Amino acid sequence: MSAPAPREDFKEIARLVRPGARVLDVGCGEGTLLELLAREKQVDGRGIEISPDGVSACLTRGLAVMQGDADRDLDFFPAGAFDYVILSQTLQAVLRPRHVLGELLRIGGQAIVSLPNFGHWRARLDLLFKGRMPVTGALPEAWWETPNIHLCTVADFTALCDEMGLRIDACAALSEGKPARPAKAGGAIENWRAEAALFLLSRRDR
Amino acid sequence: MDARETAELSGGGLFAFSAEQPLELDSGGRIEGLEIAYRTWGALNAERSNAILVCHALTLDQHVTGRHPLTGKPGWWSRLVGPGLPLDPARHFIICANVVGGCMGSTGPSSINPATGKPWGLAFPMITIADMVRAQAMLVEALGIDRLFAVVGGSMGGMQVLQWAADYPERLFAAVCIAAAARHSAQNIAFHEVGRQAIMADPDWRGGDYASLGVRPEKGLAVARMAAHITYLSEPALQRKFGRELQRDGLSWGFDADFQVESYLRHQGETFVDRFDANAYLYITRAMDYFDLAAAHGGSLAAAFQRARDVRFCVVSFTSDWLYPTVESRSIVRALNAAGARASFVEIESDRGHDAFLLDEPVLREALAGFLGSAALAWNAS
Repeated sequence: MSAPAPREDFKEIARLVRPGARVLDVGCGEGTLLELLAREKQVDGRGIEISPDGVSACLTRGLAVMQGDADRDLDFFPAGAFDYVILSQTLQAVLRPRHVLGELLRIGGQAIVSLPNFGHWRARLDLLFKGRMPVTGALPEAWWETPNIHLCTVADFTALCDEMGLRIDACAALSEGKPARPAKAGGAIENWRAEAALFLLSRRDR
Repeated sequence: MDARETAELSGGGLFAFSAEQPLELDSGGRIEGLEIAYRTWGALNAERSNAILVCHALTLDQHVTGRHPLTGKPGWWSRLVGPGLPLDPARHFIICANVVGGCMGSTGPSSINPATGKPWGLAFPMITIADMVRAQAMLVEALGIDRLFAVVGGSMGGMQVLQWAADYPERLFAAVCIAAAARHSAQNIAFHEVGRQAIMADPDWRGGDYASLGVRPEKGLAVARMAAHITYLSEPALQRKFGRELQRDGLSWGFDADFQVESYLRHQGETFVDRFDANAYLYITRAMDYFDLAAAHGGSLAAAFQRARDVRFCVVSFTSDWLYPTVESRSIVRALNAAGARASFVEIESDRGHDAFLLDEPVLREALAGFLGSAALAWNAS
């Protein structure tokens, strides 16, 4: 049986990661990305996953995964423990996004962060014309059931990175089912166009 | 392989070390002529690479699966050890040894002190978890195994797993620590102290010399077991099992076991004394109280695992375990991560308290099978 084709954002992450790197995937689910990175980039991978079923699935795949969450469990990793720390579509769902972002770049040399873009034109039109919270491909749940408690736009995120002294080393726009497209993080156009965005970040002082 | 074939493949016995191979103890003493009672299941392969050491908990023993020789009941981990189970005698050579200080055949306080010809009693030296592990390491070496594929244990067995990783990291490939802690908390020590005081308050304890005098502190040991047994369960589990159900119609208006929970605990206490030695209970609970893996490494648990970076760890806790709660397992995992070890951790949802590690918990079975299965692939590939 051949593995199903990897998600486009996973492919983009696999493209960014150096072979043989130490990688932490925060919110690794059933370990699909970690397995892809192990297979294609021979990474030494670790994961954090909140659901026991996810952890169990990871164990069966031979992955080292600890049950936990981004808000509580990053603080205990030593500084520089990983080359990359990955937080995929999760930053908007944590309690303290700024703290978590800081932690990603304390324990990792670089961070790979992807987020839904609340500035996407469809989201803006929903608010403007319907006066309703947007429900789109990247934001599929209604306001009362979504785990996303800290939504932001690409422009908001790049402003936070700037304020925190983080450098955006690469940025890609993501759209459901389409290959990732290189994007200019600071551009106003992307803030309209990208359904979701993926960033490779590092600290300016390093 | 059917159950009978597995039974036929089971082995073990009493390993007697010569006086030239004493067990050196943390207390500074030593045990000469150490005897370790152990059992095995399955066969050691030609590469000697399929051995799994199982470490038992406080009041359990080497009879992991199959019929227990004293109680006639199935072994304590027959749900996890056997054909088609995560620890499978068809694939693994499974070893379990009675801990030193125990009472199921290994040298302990009820053994004969060669100097006096009488049972050791309280003249037996104090034992630690590290001493238990040192004795296991001697046995494993004597069995011709340089490196264990895995060391697996729950509760006090999990403490031994951690000690193995700290003391002999090069001698194991994988480690599974279930429902355990890296140190005994004040509450853990407190409950053990209640048990010990119950034993020592029994007039038949006789300062620990009861065996020479032909008596047994059964009442004290039974009370110790009753108190401890409560800590193995959870409040919801007790409530579900017994509630306020009565033994008979109506109250006795006295101190008979009116409530089913009382009758259950009394039964637990009474049956326990048939299979366990009071002094062994004192020594082993003390060993657990003394256990503090970080303290032995300058106060840093991560330092304890510094040499264990190449060991694959799986740490498991249960949500309703208040004896060794999840927070203890988390601190183990954090220390492992800080040390750079390969650690997995799963907290299993269960309302059955500490005892969940002995019960039918499908998630535990799957996690253990998944972890050991993938570890075996990595071990064979290395």
